[in-house]
Amino acid sequence: MARQSGSIAASVSERGAHRAERRGSALLDVADLSVTFAHRGAPTVHAVDGVSFTVDEGEVVGLVGESGCGKSVTSLAIMGLLPRRGVQVSGRAVFDGRDLLTLSDDEMRDIRGRDIAMIFQDPLSSLNPIVPIGVQVAEVLIRHRKLDRAEARRESAELLDRVGIPDPQRRLREYPHQLSGGMRQRALIAMAVACRPRLLIADEPTTALDVTIQAQILELLKSLVRESGTALIMITHDLGVVAGMCDTINVLYAGRVVETASRRPLFAEPRHPYTVGLLGSIPRLDGAREDKLRPIPGSVRDVLPWPDGCAFAPRCDRRVDACVGEPPAMTAAPGGRAYRCVNPVLAVTTPPAALAKEQP
Amino acid sequence: MIRLILRRLLQLVPTLFGLSLLLFIWLHRLPGGPETAILGERGTPELREAVRRSMGLDQPLWVQYGRFIRRLFTGDLGASIQTKRPVWTEFAERFPGTFELTVVAMIIAVGIGIPLGYLAARRRGTWLDTLSVGGSLLGICIPIFFLAYMLRLAFSVELGWFPATGRQSVGINATRVTGFFVFDGLITREWDAAWDALWHLILPAIALASIPLAIITRMTRASVLEVLGEDYVRTAQAKGLTQRVVRGRHVLRNALLPVVTTIGLLTGGLLSGAVLTETVFAFNGIGHFVASSIATRDYPVLMGFILIIALIYVLVNLVVDISYTLIDPRVRVR
Amino acid sequence: MSVLTPGRKVEKLDRLAELAAAPAHERGASLWREAWRRLRHNPSAIVGAAILGLFVLVAAFGPFFVPYGPTDTIGVASGEVRPAAGVIPGPSAEHWLGYDHLGRDEFSRMVVGARQTLLVGVVATLIGMTAGCILGGIAGAAQGLGGRWGRRVDTVLMRAVDMMLALPSLLLAISIAALLGPSLTTVMIAVGAIAVPIFARLLRGSMIAQATSEYVLAATALGVRKHRIALSHIVPNSLAPVLVQMTLTLATAIIEAAALSFLGLGNPDPSTPEWGKMLADAQRYIEISPGLAIYPATAIIVTAFGFTLLGEAMREALDPKLRT
Repeated sequence: MARQSGSIAASVSERGAHRAERRGSALLDVADLSVTFAHRGAPTVHAVDGVSFTVDEGEVVGLVGESGCGKSVTSLAIMGLLPRRGVQVSGRAVFDGRDLLTLSDDEMRDIRGRDIAMIFQDPLSSLNPIVPIGVQVAEVLIRHRKLDRAEARRESAELLDRVGIPDPQRRLREYPHQLSGGMRQRALIAMAVACRPRLLIADEPTTALDVTIQAQILELLKSLVRESGTALIMITHDLGVVAGMCDTINVLYAGRVVETASRRPLFAEPRHPYTVGLLGSIPRLDGAREDKLRPIPGSVRDVLPWPDGCAFAPRCDRRVDACVGEPPAMTAAPGGRAYRCVNPVLAVTTPPAALAKEQP
Repeated sequence: MIRLILRRLLQLVPTLFGLSLLLFIWLHRLPGGPETAILGERGTPELREAVRRSMGLDQPLWVQYGRFIRRLFTGDLGASIQTKRPVWTEFAERFPGTFELTVVAMIIAVGIGIPLGYLAARRRGTWLDTLSVGGSLLGICIPIFFLAYMLRLAFSVELGWFPATGRQSVGINATRVTGFFVFDGLITREWDAAWDALWHLILPAIALASIPLAIITRMTRASVLEVLGEDYVRTAQAKGLTQRVVRGRHVLRNALLPVVTTIGLLTGGLLSGAVLTETVFAFNGIGHFVASSIATRDYPVLMGFILIIALIYVLVNLVVDISYTLIDPRVRVR
Repeated sequence: MSVLTPGRKVEKLDRLAELAAAPAHERGASLWREAWRRLRHNPSAIVGAAILGLFVLVAAFGPFFVPYGPTDTIGVASGEVRPAAGVIPGPSAEHWLGYDHLGRDEFSRMVVGARQTLLVGVVATLIGMTAGCILGGIAGAAQGLGGRWGRRVDTVLMRAVDMMLALPSLLLAISIAALLGPSLTTVMIAVGAIAVPIFARLLRGSMIAQATSEYVLAATALGVRKHRIALSHIVPNSLAPVLVQMTLTLATAIIEAAALSFLGLGNPDPSTPEWGKMLADAQRYIEISPGLAIYPATAIIVTAFGFTLLGEAMREALDPKLRT
């Protein structure tokens, strides 16, 4: 299925219309995804332990959590980029009606880069050091859009220009080590959007960059996504990033989603104690000097395995007896919210859902 | 670029200088004194004394060294005690054979080693991988001359598939042009001569290639494993590129960089291995002559050949170094 | 010929040296314990150690149990062995590996030969290690700690090492052996010389990595004398890569010694059994009795292989990132 390059405006309005019509079926529906690592001589690691979330056309979804909570592994599993040895993947990841986890290697190779694209954390190590930038951009175009070399070169220069790299013609011949960190990440973004994918996954795209460059890259991502109607999964540990960009946010802890909410409600009224802790631990510029910092006590290692109860329980100040013994189920709340807690933080006016519903 | 080459050549000078000094001292400290270089170990004391004087050995040492260096520059490496011919002539005559031998050995080592190392890395943990690693560790533990003898015993003497000695069979009438027998056969279109010469090369080349093969396999495997874990390979896969492109442009191009440098270093091993292999197969190359000159105490040949080989080795490594800067853009001088 | 090419191998050993440069308290002295644990479970380490153990046992105690004297030419005396006529009897009930070309019992010679072979390998390795470590240690310490004058010392010493590396290893050994004349000590010195540049580069790398490491800076800032730093910190940390290299050098030393014997530069005394010499001597009779070459060759190969396995396992155990 070759993608034609059409005009931007047409595809955006097209997507807008689609979105209104297809509210029922999401672009990407991840259901109960689990990834287990088991190597000889090492204990089994449940990196991802039953993660479920959805992404609609054109939506920006955030996957937020600390290091080691499984957010990167989730995205790699969706893309089919996890190694074969010692890795077990189960669950479903339905994209456009097809379960990505069941597709063959060849089929996944067609989808990657064309329908779903990904950008990674470290732009320097993510680029082949001995191949010119131009070639690395062009190869995506040649592979999926079947352009010939001359056309691919022209298009590559345009793409580099679109992502804000000055003097793109010269850059085509240069090597990664000759570019700055921000420009490298822009080049990687160019490679990702080259074939106008319907879904873009960004795994900590700004973590390795200077703070000033971070803002630029995020703005670039925002504008690209708006222009082309591409859906975006934003993986990050930085709540600030999430606040500026995401429509829906999934908070992950110990390999499972513990809260899902739209942006405003999440920041205004977080339900899960972990989310509350995360938001509360951000130092405030307008706070008084004597205000103490409020970190979440304990560390990521102080975890209870999910089958034995709530993984966050050891660190939670709202812990009750019901938290230990059985894993809490996802509770649905009005407005598309959900949280996995038996003793959530509730605003006085909003009662919890009467029935706890298991949400896939 | 030119500056880089010149700089590297300049760095060579003290090394070669020191080497020649060492060889000069070596020649002087030989059992029997430098007159052994002319007389061997024969001769009455009076004769030896006369030769010493004629060689100017009564002059101060630094004068002798000066003369030594001057003669080196004119290509005069003395004459073989055995054959009485100039050392340089003996070398030039025998060099083509060894050259062909080392080239074929290198082709075998690289042609098998790189694909094998790559496959072992891709199928890590399988029997192919274990066998390759084990085999390459074993390969460096087998004495070359023993391997050569066993190959010869099995395939030449017992099975008769290959010729047992020499560079060309007795019956073949070949026109000699350059001294490179296979090449000569090709350019004079004497196909049977070329084929025959090639056939003579195969067994010794296999024996000679055993150690470089082991090393290249190991290196390639290690390098490919390292590259496979790199982020840019993951990016290439995330772009949905074909397996061929990922393998060729992203994996191999990076993985083979260190292997290329190693090939330069391996030529030294090939040259010294040739000494042993050529002896076993009575192959008329420089290695065989070195071995026989050890037995006959033909010191001028020994010293001359070793000096030339050292020079070749150093130059080959220089070429490899320089070509590395051409291949790896990170190292390029702006 | 040396085990692996100097360039790549030195890179790896440099890395190992760098890692070992982490101060003891940082890793809780558990580098050794961790390494030991990994080593114990590594199958190649077990095989290698077993071969090594067997070899040492045979070398140490074997000669007391051999059925015949290794130099008794009984076969010739009894007329059973007539090499000129092409008769060298092979294995039999009384002579498990048959006779050699001088009528001696091959099995006894093989057993007794283990001792001599071990001796040659160990001494050659020790010579190479000592000379190389002194050279490299001084160069590295001078470069790291000595300032401008120290850097000159380093350059000069490394040029000397480069000169040794300009010759392929066997040819270097041949030059030295030709100079010194054929004898057992010659072989040990010549083979040891091959290892000198390897150890020199190794130790120099280790010294430099440590001299520029932060804990040395800290110690200097605290006023600890330079030679105390060198002795109590740097030396123990360099031990690991040197041990690994020693094991690997032992493997190839035996093979290179055999090559020298083959070329006639070894011990001219035909009576002392030494596997390399036995292999070299057997070449002439290979068509009559290939076993005479195969037995010592197999022994050499197995022993060298065992050492190599052990050395590689040790290297892996000391730094998993170097795993190949």
